[in-house]
Amino acid sequence: MAIEVKKPGLATSVQDQGRTGNYHLGIPPAGAMDQLSFRAANLLLGNEETAAVLECAIMGPELVFTEPAFVAVTGARMQPKIDGEEQPMDTVLEVDAGQTLALGFAAAGARAYLAVSGGLDVPEALGSRSTYALGSLGGLKGRPLQAGDVLEAGSPTGAADVGRTLPEQHRVQLAKEYEVRMLPGLYDHRVASDSMKQFLSDTWQVSSESDRIGYRLKGGSPLEFVPRTPPFGAGDDPSNIVDACYPIGSIQVPSGQEPIVLHRDAVSGGGYMMVGTVISADMDTFGQMAPNARLRFVEVTLEQALEARAERERRLAGIREALLA
Amino acid sequence: MTSTRYTLGGDEHLFVELSESMRLDAFFRSILITQELAARELDGVTEICPANASFQVRFDPDRLKVDHLKEVVQEIEANLGEHAARLDTRIVEIPVLYNDPWTHETLMRFRERHQDPSSTDLEYAARINGYPDIEAFIAAHSGTPWFVSMVGFVAGLPFMYQMVEQDKQIQVPKYLKPRTETPKQTVGYGGCFSCIYSVRGAGGYQMFGITPVPIYDPEQKVDHLSEFMIFFRPGDIVKFRPIDREEYDAILAEVERNEYTLRSAPVEFSLPEFEADPAGYPTKILEALHGN
Repeated sequence: MAIEVKKPGLATSVQDQGRTGNYHLGIPPAGAMDQLSFRAANLLLGNEETAAVLECAIMGPELVFTEPAFVAVTGARMQPKIDGEEQPMDTVLEVDAGQTLALGFAAAGARAYLAVSGGLDVPEALGSRSTYALGSLGGLKGRPLQAGDVLEAGSPTGAADVGRTLPEQHRVQLAKEYEVRMLPGLYDHRVASDSMKQFLSDTWQVSSESDRIGYRLKGGSPLEFVPRTPPFGAGDDPSNIVDACYPIGSIQVPSGQEPIVLHRDAVSGGGYMMVGTVISADMDTFGQMAPNARLRFVEVTLEQALEARAERERRLAGIREALLA
Repeated sequence: MTSTRYTLGGDEHLFVELSESMRLDAFFRSILITQELAARELDGVTEICPANASFQVRFDPDRLKVDHLKEVVQEIEANLGEHAARLDTRIVEIPVLYNDPWTHETLMRFRERHQDPSSTDLEYAARINGYPDIEAFIAAHSGTPWFVSMVGFVAGLPFMYQMVEQDKQIQVPKYLKPRTETPKQTVGYGGCFSCIYSVRGAGGYQMFGITPVPIYDPEQKVDHLSEFMIFFRPGDIVKFRPIDREEYDAILAEVERNEYTLRSAPVEFSLPEFEADPAGYPTKILEALHGN
């Protein structure tokens, strides 16, 4: 079955669970930024939970289906329309041959997940179908969709249940203002203690220069660093370090100015100090922050981070329980 | 001397800094510890990433407790004996057209982002490092071997650290403001590291030249990338060989016909031998390239 791309949307790419094992060579995980919504979309259709889907950022695509298909849209609120007629989100929809499925502008959240029964069929690269655009790897031709592209879907593994919905309590919680939990560490000793307190009490705004690589934040106070003699090989700026690895979720602050939170297409390393890392449980939510969303960092302990991780696992278990027939 | 610092990158990463400043022995320990850790095949370890003077381990905290991981790493570090400071690796020769027209065109286009808009990147780097002209600077950059001390930033990009005494290390600042463009396969320099840009894209390193040899190919069509799409590994040793435009074109044509063979040879590097004779030992390493 083929899907023709009439309009690509702002940044639509094929994603799945992502890849592991090559970060030491500069290949980041990639994969759906909001893994819970991505998995829910597949589970709605009875697909493999990690089948490849379209991740649609901010402004959705317009797609023409050459054959009938079942689809589901989860995540950011991007009004789906079939031949111009509004359809519900988080629900199994049927698209007939020749019909056009369009997703609108994200009214809340940043990324919608469009799953198609049978999953999108693109070749695996290093164990995943996810697009890593910086390295022209995976997905469809290693890049976001363009007008005129044609996508293929696999064979459905089961019969989809038209009209079936994801219960409200299992949907992603979208807001305009977020609290993001972070574990201080890495190079936070470089920051004066009052300055770190200020960093944690400031409200930050997501900049429009935010993408799958990282989120740039603005609106808070610049960091003040502990004075030092620059270590050999680090560079003269007080925020420079000898180039090191960057954890996924790490919060770097180049020149102490605008923090950048790295996400699933992260640059794997570099020479800027990091004040800490967003906990794994909050990375899905982070992927749903659109430009101008506001956030505050909340410091947590490792124990609290692991508790939150277990809670996220229970959320995912709840979605599975609700949707696995 | 050991001042290893352990810290957490959230709940999924253990970050280990072996030295705050760049040192060859710290890099070496990073390589040896991460190699041994990989050999242990601990359940729950998903990524092991050596860097210049530090390393990072990503793990699944549901399968592996960070305290246990840290104990294992500490035990490995404590047992790194002097005898272990040897590395079986390979030396690779990378042909470079220094002062090439493509990086020249790019650097002229981004001149206002440079510390010294009135000279080229090579002229600037030669001057601030005390070389009389760019020829002498190129001779220094291409004269001794380099260690690939980290692969990353983007797919397959090697960071390289020169095998010379610290007072002879070339050092240059990055651009004042990063360029939005760098030609693919540019040989660059920032801080005390040289690099080869594996893909076209943004970059802040000074640009010295370009190699005709691809080092990253996600389609794996290039012969020396057919087994794996990324050429470099941390621990590789690199020797740059200056070439002229004629040879550049010839190699490029060979690459396009898929008939180009990268020159490389297995070699053993010994840190104690290097430290005992930092001026003479690299010459010995280079002999491996010319022996076959």
